[in-house]
Amino acid sequence: MVNIENLHKKFNKNVVLNGIDLNISEGGIFAILGPNGSGKTTLIKSILGMVIPNKGTINVLGENIKNNSGYRHKIDYLPQIANFPNNLKVKELIKMIKDLRGHTNEDQRLIELFTLQPFLDKKLGNLSGGTKQKVNLVLTFMFDSPLIILDEPTTGLDPISLIRLKDLIQTEKTKGKTILITSHIMSFVEEVSDEIVFLLEGQIYFRGSITALKNKTDQPDFEHAIASILT
Amino acid sequence: MLKILKYSFFDLMRSRWSYVYFAFYLLLGIVLLFLNNDLSKAIITLMNVIIMLVPLIGTIFGVMYYYNSKEFTELLLAQPLKRSSIFLGQYLGVAISLSMSLILGLGIPFIVYGLFKSNAIWDFSLLLITGTFLTLIFTALAFNIALTNENKIKGFGYAILLWLFLAIIYDGLFLMSLILFEDYPLDKLSLIGTMLNPIDLSRTLILLKLDISALLGYTGAVFKKFFGTNFGLIISFIMLTVWVVLPVLRIIFKSKKKDF
Repeated sequence: MVNIENLHKKFNKNVVLNGIDLNISEGGIFAILGPNGSGKTTLIKSILGMVIPNKGTINVLGENIKNNSGYRHKIDYLPQIANFPNNLKVKELIKMIKDLRGHTNEDQRLIELFTLQPFLDKKLGNLSGGTKQKVNLVLTFMFDSPLIILDEPTTGLDPISLIRLKDLIQTEKTKGKTILITSHIMSFVEEVSDEIVFLLEGQIYFRGSITALKNKTDQPDFEHAIASILT
Repeated sequence: MLKILKYSFFDLMRSRWSYVYFAFYLLLGIVLLFLNNDLSKAIITLMNVIIMLVPLIGTIFGVMYYYNSKEFTELLLAQPLKRSSIFLGQYLGVAISLSMSLILGLGIPFIVYGLFKSNAIWDFSLLLITGTFLTLIFTALAFNIALTNENKIKGFGYAILLWLFLAIIYDGLFLMSLILFEDYPLDKLSLIGTMLNPIDLSRTLILLKLDISALLGYTGAVFKKFFGTNFGLIISFIMLTVWVVLPVLRIIFKSKKKDF
């Protein structure tokens, strides 16, 4: 599904990714974890082609992503901070993205799911952080792409929406999709992910199931297992 | 690209600033016509305003739009769109909406005044064409500056500096070099010097079309011989086009290598 070979990226002198090799097979939920500044977002943005790597190749669904934009039709991406053009209405933004990516009817169902109807005519600049994140989720899930990338999907969500999000992720998984998630909420990661990839100082420190990590670090629960890597 | 252009254009059309800019030109046109009571004279005064103002507004607006639409750009970058079409679309959206404000703002009062019945129509069209060129050039330069500088304050600083240089400092340096080398024949040098600055080029182009080149003395005669002919006119427009194309190419080149 996603094939990364020897990926290097530095911003000025700051080395963020230092030789990442990662092969993500089709189907399942993968969590990318790591402390702040470990390169999670850079890795995700490299897959999306927003960050241009210094070295290395990335293949998504067998296509080399260098100087390519068409492959993004097969990716649904949820950006970390929902920064939208402030003077646009929610309705207009959804219409615009549909215009750019293609037709879909899923948006109606998702708007109902997250009870966004009262906000459709409001400008994005006037929405609260949580509501923006819900709009963000609608934009991400309304297309039916085989690869879904979620960068901190839980930010600002209330408990009900969080439950809905978890259900949504599980439904997409049963359709055989590949889902990449980054999050700092360990309980969320433990609940949803099949496999974790732990980044440390620009390299993959650990890859495997949560049980394997617990065994490796000899810690009974997941949160402490992660903490023991970092100390 | 056309879809991005459409969204950028309508986004700007809805913003207050396009209207302010449009209203300013409308007012300027009306006041000048009212005060001068003569089309040709109004055109000369307008030229002096346009030559300075259009580049300034183009640079400031270009830089401002780029920084303000950062979120929009990031949203677009994750969509299946080519980078070149995202940035060219935005650039054209800004440049076209600014040009529209200029053309409509000045065109309406002049047409109402009876432009089509007078023989100043060619001078006036030339004024609008060079104004549009200047908008295209300076918006493209502004996008270049904004693409290279992540820091907003720096970007604005460079943009203002660029305008100041091309609009004022360049002329000063040019004049000084003419005085310094006055013992040598300077016809060619001053011709080339004028060609290399889009603001000077536009000014000369309009001045000579307006038949007031006698005011310029001997150099004026040389200039008239060059710019007054069709050949000179074509070369001038080629130069203005080059001034548009080069920065636009750099926008494409730079945007391909940038991280977001």
